[in-house]
Amino acid sequence: MDIIISSVSQGFLWSIMAIGVYLTYRILDVADLTAEASFPLGAAISASQIVSGTSPLIATIMGLVGGLLAGLVSGLLHTKLKIPALLAGILTMTGLYSVNLRIMGQANVSLLGKKTIMRFFNDLGMTNQIATLIVGVIASLIVILFLFLFFRTAIGLAIHATGDNNAMSEANGINTDNMKIIGYMISNGLIALSGALMAQSNGYADISMGIGTIVIGLASVIISEVLFKDVSFVKRLFLIILGSIIYRFIISLVLYLGVAPTDLKLFSAIVLTICLSSPLIKNKLNRKKK
Amino acid sequence: MKKKMLSSLVGLAAVGLLVGCGNNSAETDSSVQRIGILQYMEHKSLDKAREGFIAELKDEGYEDGKNIKIDSLNSQGDQANLKSMSEKLVKEKSNVILTIATPAAISVATETTDIPIIFTAVTDAVSAGLVDSNEKPGKNITGTSDMVPIDKQTNLLLSIVPDAKAIGIIYNSSEENSVIQAKLAKEAIEKKGVKVKESTVTSTNDVQQVMTALAGEVDGVYIPTDNTLANTMETVGEIARNKKLPIVTGSAEDVKVGALATYGLDYEKLGRQTGKLAVKILKGEAKPADLAVDMPTDLDLVVNEDMAKALGIDPSTIK
Repeated sequence: MDIIISSVSQGFLWSIMAIGVYLTYRILDVADLTAEASFPLGAAISASQIVSGTSPLIATIMGLVGGLLAGLVSGLLHTKLKIPALLAGILTMTGLYSVNLRIMGQANVSLLGKKTIMRFFNDLGMTNQIATLIVGVIASLIVILFLFLFFRTAIGLAIHATGDNNAMSEANGINTDNMKIIGYMISNGLIALSGALMAQSNGYADISMGIGTIVIGLASVIISEVLFKDVSFVKRLFLIILGSIIYRFIISLVLYLGVAPTDLKLFSAIVLTICLSSPLIKNKLNRKKK
Repeated sequence: MKKKMLSSLVGLAAVGLLVGCGNNSAETDSSVQRIGILQYMEHKSLDKAREGFIAELKDEGYEDGKNIKIDSLNSQGDQANLKSMSEKLVKEKSNVILTIATPAAISVATETTDIPIIFTAVTDAVSAGLVDSNEKPGKNITGTSDMVPIDKQTNLLLSIVPDAKAIGIIYNSSEENSVIQAKLAKEAIEKKGVKVKESTVTSTNDVQQVMTALAGEVDGVYIPTDNTLANTMETVGEIARNKKLPIVTGSAEDVKVGALATYGLDYEKLGRQTGKLAVKILKGEAKPADLAVDMPTDLDLVVNEDMAKALGIDPSTIK
């Protein structure tokens, strides 16, 4: 039971980052590695702001804004300087490493005993895990509501069209560069928001906390797509939450089964390979049935 | 198809439930105390601290599988796993949780304010927010610091090169412990009227180049207990050998591989010191809030004689 609660509470927070990854990966159809740095960027900004006395809510929003700016940089590199998406992401990621260190002033900022969003719920007598769950549910619902409304606006529809067919969109008078930049910004804003909340749940921001986040995000997206194909946009967002819970559950299960620490990374890689290759396996199975 | 996926999902959850329950029922024997260990990453010094801790418990009559059950976890530096593991140790109602390195200590301290936590290999527990003060921790957490005697070490370096005009310090700027130590070392050396040139790296890939550049500009080098530099000490030692440059390091392990000398702390002994704190808590003799944070007591002068000869220094003159 414990690992289910643990997976659910962490899954909600991770799902916000996974939704961010989904926006670039599936809607815009680019692989954006900025995520690996915008995640710790959100954590770094919010943690250092909280330590210096800013209210945790404002600190979290500042983290989100930091992510928007990181996305803006990657978006400009990709669209205006015509740098391939993968490289643009790597460039921003590399540069942000130094920026993150500057923001934190050190490699690890502790939030122990500081006023965080989680602390507010702790003070109401809840454990850190339940506090994480509540914050995660509220934040992910707000994010989904925002995206639901946003992608019904003219700009939102134009972003969708740009990702679906760039040439056609351009021919129809859509400024595809701007649409991509906005997509990059929202994506990285959400990823940074997830990082900001994760730092408050973990109790610290760390320079290396971004490593592997893109993989966690992608895994969550893919698991949700394996479970349910072809669903509407909003349903997909909810399913990504489920995907991210399931991914954490699998990793927790591996941990609980007592895998030797040296083998842990290997197991993570195996779990991910299974997740990533499952669409292929599923296709083959389906074909055999027919 | 959807139904199938759902049912397999439910099946997966059921397996999880079984695993979860299986663990819980086997662990209700109240005469056995549970010790959780959470280590941040795989690392020689950290491993030794853990081994020393377990050895000390054994000497005090607490043996794994007899009257205690040790659950030893290692997050391999992965932050997401660190959190899951902290939750696991707290949920399993450990009697005492040993945390090795700062991120592990903060992570567990975030999950529980009741279960006694003992940390080791934490350089500055106060600035990490773990304790109110080293003398009076005040919460459910105390432990041992691995702060090395930087004053003693830099003095050792200056005594080896008494005419030095400039001393270099090289470290990874993204390792928090290194940054703290480098700052202290810089202050200590500058106080003696010697110039300091700081060089930083961000990964093992940078070390060769940065060290070569630094070696040409200084008369001696100080290296804090830095994981990146520790992993590339052979490379660093080779450059020092060619340039006839004495290096004093924060850790004794580094001296064996490529540096000249240090006053080092023994992580196994530090682990044993940490074990003593745990025993007091297991016996109910003390609470973490009142147990002062222990500083390393056993310091040994370590000299790499082979390196000394290569540099043309008589090992017996180093002290």
